[in-house]
Amino acid sequence: MSFRNTILENVRNNQPSARELPAIPKFHSEQSVDLKNQFTAALKELYGEVVTEPPADLKAFLKERFPSAKAICSTVPEYTGNSKPEDFTRWSDAGSIDVTIVRSPLGVAETGSVLFSEEEFRVNTIGFLAHDIVILLDPAEIVENIHDAYCHPHFQDKAYSLLMSGPSGSADIGGITVHPAQGVMTLTVIFWPRAQTETTQTV
Amino acid sequence: MSIVDQAENAAEFINDQTHEQHLDQLLWMLRTRRDEAASRVPEWEQLRDLASQIKEHTLSNLAHYLEMFESRAKANGVTVHWAQDAHEHNQIVYQLLSDRKVDELIKSKSMLTEECDTRRFLEGRGVRVSETDLGERIQQLDDQPPSHIVGPAWHKTTQDIANVFAKAYGSDKEKADPVYLAHVMRENTRPLIERARAGMTGANFAVAETGAIVTVTNEGNADLSGNVPELRICSVGLEKIIPRNEDLAVFVRLLTRSATGNSITQYTSHFRAPRQNGEMHIILVDNGRSSRLGMEKFWPSLKCIRCAACMNTCPVYRRSGGLSYGSTYMGPIGIIMMPTFDIRRYSELPFSSTLNGSCTNVCPVKINIHEQIYAWREVMEEKHQINLVKKGAMIVAGKVLSNPTLYRIAGDTMEASLKVLPRFAIYNQLNAWGQHRDIPPPAKETFHDWYRKHRSQATGREINR
Repeated sequence: MSFRNTILENVRNNQPSARELPAIPKFHSEQSVDLKNQFTAALKELYGEVVTEPPADLKAFLKERFPSAKAICSTVPEYTGNSKPEDFTRWSDAGSIDVTIVRSPLGVAETGSVLFSEEEFRVNTIGFLAHDIVILLDPAEIVENIHDAYCHPHFQDKAYSLLMSGPSGSADIGGITVHPAQGVMTLTVIFWPRAQTETTQTV
Repeated sequence: MSIVDQAENAAEFINDQTHEQHLDQLLWMLRTRRDEAASRVPEWEQLRDLASQIKEHTLSNLAHYLEMFESRAKANGVTVHWAQDAHEHNQIVYQLLSDRKVDELIKSKSMLTEECDTRRFLEGRGVRVSETDLGERIQQLDDQPPSHIVGPAWHKTTQDIANVFAKAYGSDKEKADPVYLAHVMRENTRPLIERARAGMTGANFAVAETGAIVTVTNEGNADLSGNVPELRICSVGLEKIIPRNEDLAVFVRLLTRSATGNSITQYTSHFRAPRQNGEMHIILVDNGRSSRLGMEKFWPSLKCIRCAACMNTCPVYRRSGGLSYGSTYMGPIGIIMMPTFDIRRYSELPFSSTLNGSCTNVCPVKINIHEQIYAWREVMEEKHQINLVKKGAMIVAGKVLSNPTLYRIAGDTMEASLKVLPRFAIYNQLNAWGQHRDIPPPAKETFHDWYRKHRSQATGREINR
């Protein structure tokens, strides 16, 4: 406690004279923005991929895209997979997942980012220890920019929230991003409106 | 400790043209990408103004926001610690680990823990520390500090890294391929992550209104270090506090674009409370920051968000490499920060700059970097921290440059001498410039001569010599 008080006292004694906190505009474009196209282009720059319509057969889609995948962890009603987050009582065990399927409540057109928290992941590590991730996103839930994104309540009340913008990569060798790094190897976003969730497809 | 001689340290790097050119080209590419990214954001300059204003407001009310952050974090179930200096910080980390009998720690990149030399402290007490950021891991395996605050190993060529991994992991050193090396890293680091019981991260920002710390990574290693183990330790410098989430938006938009030209990193992560069944500890670290806050000319360096744009644009940094600065923070921002840690040891650093102002022009939070560099030179003069050779040269240069007649005589004499003197006489020990490069051939005529000729032709008036 004494360190705390000493530090705060030094800070108080040394603070420069008070400056105003500015108001932050939302910086919305004056022209109409095609949010889906902008999101798709921005995510592509960070090596993520967008599928613009829900596949008629998600099982076949996964089989084609991830032919050797066996362990599918799903958190969404659209597809049951063969495991759920709660199966991984030790969070590190999520490293055995081949593909995680999860819905994001928010996309950001400016950066191609999708939002997650413990509400969507349930066990956070399924989002980055899995080999690949497939994300369902309602295009109606895409906002224009990062200023809009930070209005989402997740940033106020979730223990952990994440703006994920492409598969994990690294530019530490030569300044050019390469894959893999420590997280997911590929990231695919499927534009999938929440309204089309009546039927559940199974493995 | 002895005075860091950046110029002398840089000589070795400059002599090896492969590395000098590799780093110069890489960083200039990043600088170019930064310019392109900025040009695509119409409100870029407004964002820079806002970022500067937010930081200045926060620093001028820092005690208030620190207390707000602490109370929100505690309400979220986080334990908040305070450390006056590096030793206290390291001691807190060690105590947290030893109380839980944890002897392995995974770490995400954090310049603050470099500043505190945390890894060495813990390893000396039997804790095995594994860096999970690729660049930081390369430097750890090669027993070197980071040479750049965003890309710790950017001074190394791909072949250098292939050699490091071959020695450490037994990989194929003939395969100097970034993708192959990234796979080697993943295969060797993922097991360490999956078995870890404690993880440590730094923070890019700490949001007072929510008590959350925010990390920005491409690899997701902060998310892994902060989520896989049940014990999460976050080290946060006092200056990382910002007031609100809406302020965070401004910095997130500026940070990565300034650093690499990308619009955002792959992972922008917000840790507000412990994970399920876990513990979260935040250590708020002063280590000289509260004193710097009281330095009239130098407190604005606390606005820094560690994007390294100033380093990427600096001609001295790009040619001499980060290790030559012998310091945790390097390049223009390092030059103005390091003397606050140790004025004698870093007394020469403010002279490693051309004062071209490019660092200030690209700084996303508008730190007047080149003016502070100049101000530090004045401080070194006042405090007699300038060596006699440099001081003598400056006195001579001051006299010559302030007298037009003397300046022209010196210029003419130099030109005439260069035409006739043998090489050994020109490239002597007193010619610092010529020790690592050839002097350009003398011009056929000086600008003054050219101007005099053309101006007098145009106006019919003679120009006085």
